Amino acid sequence: MNEELRRIWQQFYDWVVGNGPRPENEVVPEEPPPDLPFAQKPKDKYSRFHEATLKERYNQWLEIHGLHLFSVLYSGLSVLTCLVIVSLLLATVAELPPFGDERNPAHNEVIRRYVEHGGHETGAQNIVAGLILDYRAFDTFGESAVLFTAAVSVLMLLGASRRNSLKDDPSPHSDGEGWDFLNRGPPALRHHVFRQDDAILRGVATLSIPVIIMMGCVVVINGHLSPGGGFSGGAILSTALILAANAYGFERVHSFFNERTFIVSSSTALMIYALSKGYSFFTGANHIHSIIPKGTVGDILSGGLILPLNICVGLIVAGTLYGFYALFSEGDM
Amino acid sequence: MLEKLLLNHYEAAAVILSGIGLTNLLLQRNLIKKIIGLNIMDTAVYLFLAAKGYVEGRAAPILIENASGGWVTSSAVYVNPVPAGLVLTGIVVSVSVTAFALALTLKLYESYGTLNIDEALLKMTQEQEEIEARIDEAEEEVLS
Repeated sequence: MNEELRRIWQQFYDWVVGNGPRPENEVVPEEPPPDLPFAQKPKDKYSRFHEATLKERYNQWLEIHGLHLFSVLYSGLSVLTCLVIVSLLLATVAELPPFGDERNPAHNEVIRRYVEHGGHETGAQNIVAGLILDYRAFDTFGESAVLFTAAVSVLMLLGASRRNSLKDDPSPHSDGEGWDFLNRGPPALRHHVFRQDDAILRGVATLSIPVIIMMGCVVVINGHLSPGGGFSGGAILSTALILAANAYGFERVHSFFNERTFIVSSSTALMIYALSKGYSFFTGANHIHSIIPKGTVGDILSGGLILPLNICVGLIVAGTLYGFYALFSEGDM
Repeated sequence: MLEKLLLNHYEAAAVILSGIGLTNLLLQRNLIKKIIGLNIMDTAVYLFLAAKGYVEGRAAPILIENASGGWVTSSAVYVNPVPAGLVLTGIVVSVSVTAFALALTLKLYESYGTLNIDEALLKMTQEQEEIEARIDEAEEEVLS
């Protein structure tokens, strides 16, 4: 029994280490030349048939199947993670207070304060406009700054490639000292193909662009009276610019709205926003008399600073969204 | 539990949508599709916030004129205005992040000719090895 166990263990050990039994078709390695000194003679143990060890076989297997195994494992684990997260969240949702109930804890005294005093404190009929452009105006300032920063970084990323490729040097990655081995060609130019004779698009654009611009202005200027405001109005204005670029070509839009115009108008709008709201917050927080009149609720010239701030935000949003479109389709503004 | 989920069906849909977006983000190898997954998650958050702000049978938070020419300022008339402001913030941040991510993806495509993150990583590794080999060669030349 003991002998048998030892034999099996020896077999297993040989299999793992790679000293398997000699197969029938083994090619016997050649005898080493006899004139070698004793110390350089290859060791006898390894001249035997060398079966691949477990580690070698594992590495070999990993090389062939490793990536596949990893991707299967990754997919399985990610689906499992998502299922666990979704089921935990669903269990939480099941414990939430019922949908649309007025006694929900979300409708607390903060909301009552905003609704009951928002009208005469901010002068805005639209409570949301009073909320985001008066009570929480610095939050909206941060939003505009985020949007402006995103536009500037996209301009840096995509505008630079355009400027590089316009130079005479065909490969922007070579500096003439043999470092062009990256073999990246010039960046692919994004060409927007215009059909210059597209009569339908041009006709529709000619008819609808004034209407769209008017609609955008109405939404921006009536931001404190009706749904809308700087963000939605700016988005509408940017669609007019995008439609003009598609119908008449980017060159025509470029003649009145280019990178410089965008940077100047957006920076000016952000500065006006920061200064006027900074003044308003300073006077309001220190109980100093403010020169900004509230106006009567419901008038077009009411709401204190909300109307100019909406116009600033609308300018930034219109420029940014058109800038995204122009940069992604043309690579330039 | 299912009854409660049906009662909060907007929130449940938002959570499921967010799960779809997260799965998309993890499983897609194409960067554009990953960004789309991120946008689906954003949308789920907007749906959740809008659903939390809703109150059955109340008007939008824009002051209504009453019969005597004044304004109705009772808080029992309007829905919650705060989630609208929060969703606005979310939309702006989502647009900015999407635009920046797409610009980076475009630069990656220009450099490596692929949108697949695995292929791009493979090419980056090869490029790195190539650069290191070049540096070693240059060092040897200088030494000799």
